[in-house]
Amino acid sequence: MPPEADAARRRAQEERLERTWETPPGWRYWSAVNNTEVGLWYTATSFLFFLLAGALALLVRAQLAVPDNDLISASLYNQAFTLHGTAMMFLFAVPIFEAVAILLLPTMLAARDLPFPRLSAYGYWCFLIGGVFVMGSILFNSAPDAGWFMYPPLTTDPKLTGIGADIWLLGLSFIEVASIAAAVELIVGVLKCRPPGMRINTMPLYCWYVLIVGGMILFAFPPLIAGDILFELERLAGWPFFDASRGGDPVLWQHLFWIFGHPEVYIVFLPSIALLAMIVPTFAKRPIIGYSWIVLAAVGTGFLSFGLWVHHMFTTGLPAISLGFFSAASEAVAIPTGVQIFVFVATMLAGRMTRSTPMLFAAGALAIFVFGGLTGVMVAIAPFDWQAHDSYFVVAHLHYVLIGGMVLPLFAGAYYYYPLVMARKLSDRIGRWVFWLMFLGFNIAFLPMHFTGLRGMPRRVFTYPGGIGWDWLNLVSTLGAVVFAAGVLLFTWDAVWGIRRRADSPRNPWGAGTLEWLNPIPGPDYGVRSVPAIASRYPLWDDPELPRRVDEGREFLPDAEEGKRETLVTSVLDARPIQCLRVPGNSFMPMAAAVLTGAVFILTTFHLYWTGLAVGVAAILSILVWLWRGTAMVPEKREKDIGHGVRLPLYASGIQSVGWWAMFITMTGDMTAFASLVFSYFYFWTIHPVFPPLDAAGMKMGPGLLWPGVALLAALGAWGAMLWARARNGAGRAGGLRLGLLAATLLALASGGAMLMGPWAGGLDPTTHAYPAAVWVLLGWAALHLAVGVIMTLYALARSLAGKLTRDHDIDIHNVVLYWHFAAITAVVTLATVALFPLLA
Amino acid sequence: MLIHNRRHANLWTLLAPPAIWAVHFLLCYVAAAIACAKGGGPWVDLTSLRWVILGITLPALGLILVAGRQARRHWGFGTDDPPHDQATDEDRQHFLGYATLLLCALSFVSVIFVAMPAITIADCR
Repeated sequence: MPPEADAARRRAQEERLERTWETPPGWRYWSAVNNTEVGLWYTATSFLFFLLAGALALLVRAQLAVPDNDLISASLYNQAFTLHGTAMMFLFAVPIFEAVAILLLPTMLAARDLPFPRLSAYGYWCFLIGGVFVMGSILFNSAPDAGWFMYPPLTTDPKLTGIGADIWLLGLSFIEVASIAAAVELIVGVLKCRPPGMRINTMPLYCWYVLIVGGMILFAFPPLIAGDILFELERLAGWPFFDASRGGDPVLWQHLFWIFGHPEVYIVFLPSIALLAMIVPTFAKRPIIGYSWIVLAAVGTGFLSFGLWVHHMFTTGLPAISLGFFSAASEAVAIPTGVQIFVFVATMLAGRMTRSTPMLFAAGALAIFVFGGLTGVMVAIAPFDWQAHDSYFVVAHLHYVLIGGMVLPLFAGAYYYYPLVMARKLSDRIGRWVFWLMFLGFNIAFLPMHFTGLRGMPRRVFTYPGGIGWDWLNLVSTLGAVVFAAGVLLFTWDAVWGIRRRADSPRNPWGAGTLEWLNPIPGPDYGVRSVPAIASRYPLWDDPELPRRVDEGREFLPDAEEGKRETLVTSVLDARPIQCLRVPGNSFMPMAAAVLTGAVFILTTFHLYWTGLAVGVAAILSILVWLWRGTAMVPEKREKDIGHGVRLPLYASGIQSVGWWAMFITMTGDMTAFASLVFSYFYFWTIHPVFPPLDAAGMKMGPGLLWPGVALLAALGAWGAMLWARARNGAGRAGGLRLGLLAATLLALASGGAMLMGPWAGGLDPTTHAYPAAVWVLLGWAALHLAVGVIMTLYALARSLAGKLTRDHDIDIHNVVLYWHFAAITAVVTLATVALFPLLA
Repeated sequence: MLIHNRRHANLWTLLAPPAIWAVHFLLCYVAAAIACAKGGGPWVDLTSLRWVILGITLPALGLILVAGRQARRHWGFGTDDPPHDQATDEDRQHFLGYATLLLCALSFVSVIFVAMPAITIADCR
């Protein structure tokens, strides 16, 4: 091709790509779903919550600066420290991981977008609404005020805690939905959207961490959602799960909360450390030493972190042997955690380090984190913890771990990635000030707290008398907090205003080797100009010609001929291209669905159940409209040439489709929540000498065998009908498909009804005792799953009638049947638990 | 079987050793919780529980060793040094084998850690 014609071809391709991926102008900007916009809003919003939560911390420190202080009331103090912890964990630490990952992951994978852009947008809007709701409550003096882990029985009594506890439970449950949505998006993104040739042994370490953390979210967050359900049922309906006087147990909440809460620490720590795994090699100018060891550390920490939760409960009176298991696992987790640090240090030693602001933060982070890790090893030993528990020693420890392991690495990442996202570097001179203010301020604030704690000062007291050795330590801590805050404010000033006066950064300003630095700065809306084939861990170092080839559109998918947004789907281990995926474009639907979903939670908080129910129906309808118009779209042709003579299908169903994976991953999380409810049921078995308890007539309570038996048969029938429907569709029989779907609907409704009839006919009153409440909640959960299955089944029926679900285009039926596998397991386990287990007990 | 006689390593073989640790941990925790909750008081003698824990621990360690043997084979018996960063089937296999072997070592040590309280703690106090 002559050079002029080649240039014209490239220009035409670029124009088409730009038109297809254009960020909408004006007010329609807020309909954007592309990762670059959603990621940016997500990051900015979570950073804003960080600043607000930080302001609350300053309020707390101001109150504690001198003894017998009356700056704020005890009530406001309780709200301030509760909201500080809550916002830092739920509105900053977890969301900013999702935000940064949504922002960076596609660039590291040279993907145009993640596979479910509207899901990311939905997650963001859920987060924003829930966050504003929870955070805004303090303006009305009705914020949660019982500590960020909401221990009953204080919190289950509405007279003692007011509406704040409901705001906490419902607002945060809603945000957890956003986290699980992000986990789905990120896991599928890492596994299925890598560029051709980026095998599992060459993907960036950040992707490994994201994969592991996504998996951890699926096992950590659902127990809290299950706990929240029990908690709200107790607060709103009087079901006594945590009320010892009616057969409940407050310690059950502690289990459910910390099964979530401890892995959560690692869920926020690992993605931040992942940023260091990207930064350190760049400034050491060499590949990381011990790539496999980092994988060991990430996977190992991911697993071990689930065996630590009871170390938050060492003083609840559990048997010593149980404490021993958790103490041992808490010590063991230091091994993989330490491995990462040695890998970073080895890479620094073996490379030629250059001084830079990101590395300054990285070094500070490691120093603080190691200190916090060592006090962690101390408090992991139960007898030491008995002394230090609930004292300022623990406050100091957790801040060393979180600020060293999460906040400072994140700041390192901010300095490193600012040019990529905002096209300009932050100031190095101001950066050094920021670092030293934060580093010194942090240590001045939190080092003394170890001694305050060892001198006996408990957490969460709103004031203290003078002259018992805590005065000057607290004053020093407060001064340090102010210095730390000054560093954060200086950073904020530079990030928002300072950079406006600076010129655009050059391309790949740090000379990094990984793909996120491939694009020109500022990058175009469509992201990567063409998707390269990758053959090494540091492609920009190993193949200096790569950016030129990519820019000239000589790699894969250099065009958007049909004006559709497309990205590549590749195989899990070796990233062989298997599909050209059409992703949906900008839409207000995710925002509308999030507003409606949020309204359900908010209305429930204020006990407006009927309005909530009506809005809930509207929320489901909005999600169905969104799915109808934006998923399982039938392409105009079967295949497409993506360049280099490679032809890929535009449509894939079953295990090949990203939607199937998303359903599988979502339902894995769902099963964890279910397992937590089953755990609660068996927990009640362990604490009651007679189980099930006896009713007034001296008979064992229970749902009987008849109705559960009917429910079981009908549920299995519904599941079988779905399998049959799928098989008929595979044989091209639309009539059989529809018949099967109708049969499944009727059987599922019958099964759900029979499930609820069991305890109803058995006279189980859930407000009298924890046992009937546990039976009702399990059966209600299973029946709800059947109801959701019915909605999905009817949706598939409508798709079939509209000609969108056929033998060749069968994504919907495969995904719905996959859901039904899980629904059937839920039904069988539930019925076996509530009907058969009492016979054995 | 996932940990034995697999021709190719994949993500499931990588996750198998820590999953064995997780199952072992869960069984120990559940067994102890039930023994103490249902045993009737803090002075319950845990001799039989300690044997149970030994009976869970030895098979767990054995399974991890089996997984380690397979991982070593996937790694190519160490004939090829890390970093296993080439875009080839062989290096992918060697990398997964090596990472799995490291996870086997961590899981082995962690299983021993978790079982150790049973050596010294004899009742439910």
